[in-house]
Amino acid sequence: MRMHRRTVLALAVFTGLTAPSLALAADDTIKIGLLATFEGPFTVLGEDGERGAMTAVAEMNGTVAGKKVEIVKGSSDASPDSAVRAARKLVEQDGVKVLVGPLSGDEGIAVKDYAKTQPNVTFINGTSAAQDTTLRDPAENFFRFSTDGAQWMAGLGTYAFNDKGYKKVATVAEDYSFPYTQVFGFMAEFCKAGGHVPSKSWVPIGNKDFSSVIAAIPEDVDAIYVALGGADAVNFLTQYQQGGGSAPLIGGSITVDQTVLTSKGKLRDVLKGTPSAGPTADTNDAPAWKTFVEAYKKQPGAFPSPSLFAHGYYVDMKATLLGLDQVGGDVSDGGKKLRDALSKLSFDTPTGKVSLDKNRNAIADIFLTEVTEGADGNLMNKLVKVVPQVNQTLGIPEDEFMKLGAVNRDNPSCP
Amino acid sequence: MSLAIATNVTPQQNWLERLGAGHIILAVALVLYPLVASDFFLTQIGGYSLIFGMLGLSLMLLAGYGGMVSLAQITVAGIAAYAIAILGSNNSNVLGFGWPWWLAVPFALLSAALASALIGWISVRTEGIYTIMITLAIATATYYFAQQNYAIFNGHSGYAGIRAPAFWGIGWRDARPFYYLCLGLAVLSYAAVLYGSRSTFGMTLQAIRDNPRRMRALGYHVTAHKVFAWALAGIIAGLAGVLLVWFNGRVSPGTIGVDAAIDVLIIAVIGGLRHPIGPFLGAVVVVLMQTFAIDIVGAERFNTLIGMVFLVIVFVSPDGILGLWGRIKPHLAQESLRPGQ
Repeated sequence: MRMHRRTVLALAVFTGLTAPSLALAADDTIKIGLLATFEGPFTVLGEDGERGAMTAVAEMNGTVAGKKVEIVKGSSDASPDSAVRAARKLVEQDGVKVLVGPLSGDEGIAVKDYAKTQPNVTFINGTSAAQDTTLRDPAENFFRFSTDGAQWMAGLGTYAFNDKGYKKVATVAEDYSFPYTQVFGFMAEFCKAGGHVPSKSWVPIGNKDFSSVIAAIPEDVDAIYVALGGADAVNFLTQYQQGGGSAPLIGGSITVDQTVLTSKGKLRDVLKGTPSAGPTADTNDAPAWKTFVEAYKKQPGAFPSPSLFAHGYYVDMKATLLGLDQVGGDVSDGGKKLRDALSKLSFDTPTGKVSLDKNRNAIADIFLTEVTEGADGNLMNKLVKVVPQVNQTLGIPEDEFMKLGAVNRDNPSCP
Repeated sequence: MSLAIATNVTPQQNWLERLGAGHIILAVALVLYPLVASDFFLTQIGGYSLIFGMLGLSLMLLAGYGGMVSLAQITVAGIAAYAIAILGSNNSNVLGFGWPWWLAVPFALLSAALASALIGWISVRTEGIYTIMITLAIATATYYFAQQNYAIFNGHSGYAGIRAPAFWGIGWRDARPFYYLCLGLAVLSYAAVLYGSRSTFGMTLQAIRDNPRRMRALGYHVTAHKVFAWALAGIIAGLAGVLLVWFNGRVSPGTIGVDAAIDVLIIAVIGGLRHPIGPFLGAVVVVLMQTFAIDIVGAERFNTLIGMVFLVIVFVSPDGILGLWGRIKPHLAQESLRPGQ
């Protein structure tokens, strides 16, 4: 009896563990992995990233080089561990040879490290924008057609110093690699122009109480540079405004996007006139951008205007499909031809021309914006200026740029 | 939490009979598993299940035999994992003393055992829901501390570039060696818990669980026994932590977050706390669900499906999968349940 019971148990475990993988793709389809945050604090962003990627797929009518595109999704919760786990599942179990993703900064660095162990798989970034994903110790098979967080800040530091006349700025940002990169991008220009940053506050993601942070901001600063996302930005701005703070703001790329601008209350008055910079601008009236917005809106659940995540995933997925098209959808050589094609790829996106540098990081246009009230009463990012073809070293010669050191909490510094 | 543990061993049996046919068949199946499984199923499902099974086992030891439900097992594992990253080598340019594995691993296990004993020492004065609360508080506090401390834990990004050792000409992070490493250590932990539960200490612990006041009156040092159980559970959790950091090659606060702490509890509850095999069954179910639910219902609602399955299991059988088996067994074998089984 005892044996009988255990035997069945053992068999159950055994068969459960060996469920065969029926993931072999037919010859007339191409499988592309899509890794984004479908759970955790960045779920809304991940879903918009997916809309962007699917816009690119729909643009090609779901086929590339005569083969049907099959998207296999993987989900992470914005932690590096979960991103690697999801990437492993897509690559090792579902057998994708091309993977688009991930979304968040530290995830990108982790997936790049994983990419090195899978030389026959081609990885194309989603929207992760930490500098060191491609700048230091890059992976041969990791491509980023979306730009990094420092590039997104191009033009902002100079604009704040020269046009806005801010000489002293305090920064408040979340405590991980992407905001480090954003602060770096802002300060690289701002400090060079002659500005000073006497205080930098780093707060954990999901922080609720900002009172100690607000108390630590020096009284005599001309403005506060805020690189917080989603709920963190709303919480900080509300508490700062309620605490009687009146310094003008400078926004990071995801601080003054639609998720924050659509919030209600007095916050709106604080936000008006806030300069920011990023890979997109709401009032961009270039025909290519307008066409993209229309195509994007056909996706289920779309926002009135595509977020930076929809844009980033769109650009990276589009590049992937164009690359696959050039090689006739053939990745049977371990993706070597595809990677050659991607390295040389240069194409027009809704936000201008994109090409890659030697580290396979994008060179693209960046948009300097300012928050204004639209005709319908909604806040939006008005295009101030386009900074053309920003490269990863922000126009600084590479050896000089590398001497600035890796981005972290203390670098750069100009108190 | 009065759980009866089956201990029907008669001294006349030889060692083969004592081992039990079920164990032998299960062992053979698990040893031969690599012949049929792909690398993905070996490590991502097999190895990962064994690691989380060990974490569940350390909780089962405390909850099943000691009546102490802990949410801090992943924290203890995390301490071992961080110890490996700090004492060994990493590529995050923070600490990394470069100790060889045979020096780093014992230290990691020792720190896990000490940390676990400390958590136990703090929480043994509480009972029931208060133990859960205090261990949850410790787990959450450790998570936020690791998130914001840069000198030791390297903040949000944690440590990356941690390599599993290679010796005897084997790279232990390769699929097959890693699976066997996990299997070996899981079997060792399982056997140790099974043996320990029948030892004098194990019996005393179960007696303390059932009636601490009487045991105290009989002259037993109740607190010392409980704290020692915590230290033993800490060693098992620490082993799982070492395997986890070798498996991921990295450790960050996300590894020891509240989500992970609750995963361990779910694994133990789904599997069942009656017998040390329960957490391993639970781990297999949970890992399979978490890996493949997204293929079944798509990216938007897969966590709902996972939650529903767990709900159904607990609803149908409050004792988890083990309890479920206890219910259908009489129908299959047409034999009535003996009491205490």
